[in-house]
Amino acid sequence: MPEPTSKATSETTPEPTPEPIPGPTHEPAPGAALELRGVSAGYDRRAPVLHGASLTVDDGEAVGLLGPSGCGKSTLARVAALLHRPWAGTVRLAGRTAHGFRHRAPRELRTTVGVVFQQPRLAADPRLTLADLIAEPLRATGRRAEIPGRLPALAASAGLGGDLLARRPHEVSDGQLQRACLARALVLRPRLLVCDEMTAMLDASTTAALVAAVEEYRREHGAALLAVGHDRVLLERWCDRTVDFEALPPR
Amino acid sequence: MTAPVPAPTEAPGKTPTPAPVPAAVPRRGPGRPPGARARRTRVSAALTAATVLAALLVPAAFPLDQQAVDLAAKLRPPSWEHPFGTDELGRDLLLRCVHGLRVSLLVGVVAALVATVVGIAVGGLAGALGGRTDRLVMRIVDVFASVPHLLLGIFVVAMFRPGIWPVIASVGLTHWLSTARIVRAETHSLRNRPYVDAAISGGSSRWRVAVRHLLPGVLPQAGLAAVLMVPHAIWHESALSFLGLGIPAHQASLGTMAEAARGSLLAGAWWPTLWPGLFIVVPTLAIAGLAGAWRERINPRVRSELTL
Repeated sequence: MPEPTSKATSETTPEPTPEPIPGPTHEPAPGAALELRGVSAGYDRRAPVLHGASLTVDDGEAVGLLGPSGCGKSTLARVAALLHRPWAGTVRLAGRTAHGFRHRAPRELRTTVGVVFQQPRLAADPRLTLADLIAEPLRATGRRAEIPGRLPALAASAGLGGDLLARRPHEVSDGQLQRACLARALVLRPRLLVCDEMTAMLDASTTAALVAAVEEYRREHGAALLAVGHDRVLLERWCDRTVDFEALPPR
Repeated sequence: MTAPVPAPTEAPGKTPTPAPVPAAVPRRGPGRPPGARARRTRVSAALTAATVLAALLVPAAFPLDQQAVDLAAKLRPPSWEHPFGTDELGRDLLLRCVHGLRVSLLVGVVAALVATVVGIAVGGLAGALGGRTDRLVMRIVDVFASVPHLLLGIFVVAMFRPGIWPVIASVGLTHWLSTARIVRAETHSLRNRPYVDAAISGGSSRWRVAVRHLLPGVLPQAGLAAVLMVPHAIWHESALSFLGLGIPAHQASLGTMAEAARGSLLAGAWWPTLWPGLFIVVPTLAIAGLAGAWRERINPRVRSELTL
């Protein structure tokens, strides 16, 4: 079983009613890293995936979101990362309300969230070497100069040896690729990390290593975490509290 | 047939390979055996190389005047002096065919490049932006595609003085539609990949996503479309020239030569028509064969025909 080296991950406070339905009584929570209020979203208007879901992740807090496959956890994670435009509701990141999604979101707001996806094969551009993959956000945001200082340390903390960095995704294993994807998500020092089933495809030792890397980063930077998954044991050990997707108000 | 199935009992010489199960049966596409395909690729490559070399080297190596008229020797059948014979003005057909091939190849390659660049730009724009832009652009493409290529090409040529460049413009501006469709479809399938999401989350702009992540994924398909377009362009040029709308009549082009030879054909002279025709058909088949091999490399499951 993974043994995260971090602070009290075993203390879980499973809250049956995590947040009240958005209303006047809800406190503004200025420090919340992520605040979703009444989010309705989906891919087809006739079959919405989220009906007014609300969720708050406080600054520095680790929240695990549990639910069966296909229930809409990933959609919620995508909305939180500003990658999917909801039909209704508000998304606030670090106190700033998001008015646009995907490319319409301001770059500095988008980059406050780091995302790790479930399938590293699909989440990595097959043409880039792992070094380029990790450094890509720095290049995209015009911070090329930071690459030499940032890349080796980050790769080391994600458990990637120097030889691996020169390889392309098809030349490494799923676990190694997911480590690179985690490093890529951390390279811009996000305040919130969204891990969408990050470890679902990986074995126990790799899972432990990745969780340890996430916790090391959070300890250093005080970042918040939204971990999505269906592994209750893992998330209850990893996160400060877990939320059942079904319990998100109201369905 | 040419590639025997390596049965486990037939391989006593290569004992270290532990492959007892008949999993070593070569996967073969439907239809042709792999040997025939390899032969087709080799023949196509050789013919294409010979064509390109002839077009590049012969005019430089033999600085003879392809326009030299010798009315005393008009319509001579093939002989040692004139291997392909002479046309109705006594011009050497071999020399004129090679010069015509130069024009055709130039038009084919440049027009295919023009069409590919336009197609990538339009298709990439539609695919990367999506939504309303996509629908609008692709409907415009449909409108263009509803007009026959040749008709549209004639329209373009008619606007300019005759010459090579109007012909290139005519081919390039009418043949980008298929490339645009291919590129748009590929871009569409790529832009929903999670790695595009990851790039957006990492702060990439639209432009950066398109250039860094979408375009490189589309290029193999677009390159294949470009190669397949070279034969198209050669045929289009020949057709325009044959109709008297393309390359001016005094300039050797396979189309103008075929057109000029029609009269002699009725007089029993077969050679002025045969050679330009062969020079159109053989290189285009060879290039199409190469493109087919490339397509099978990209996607071996799809068996490709010689597409013209």
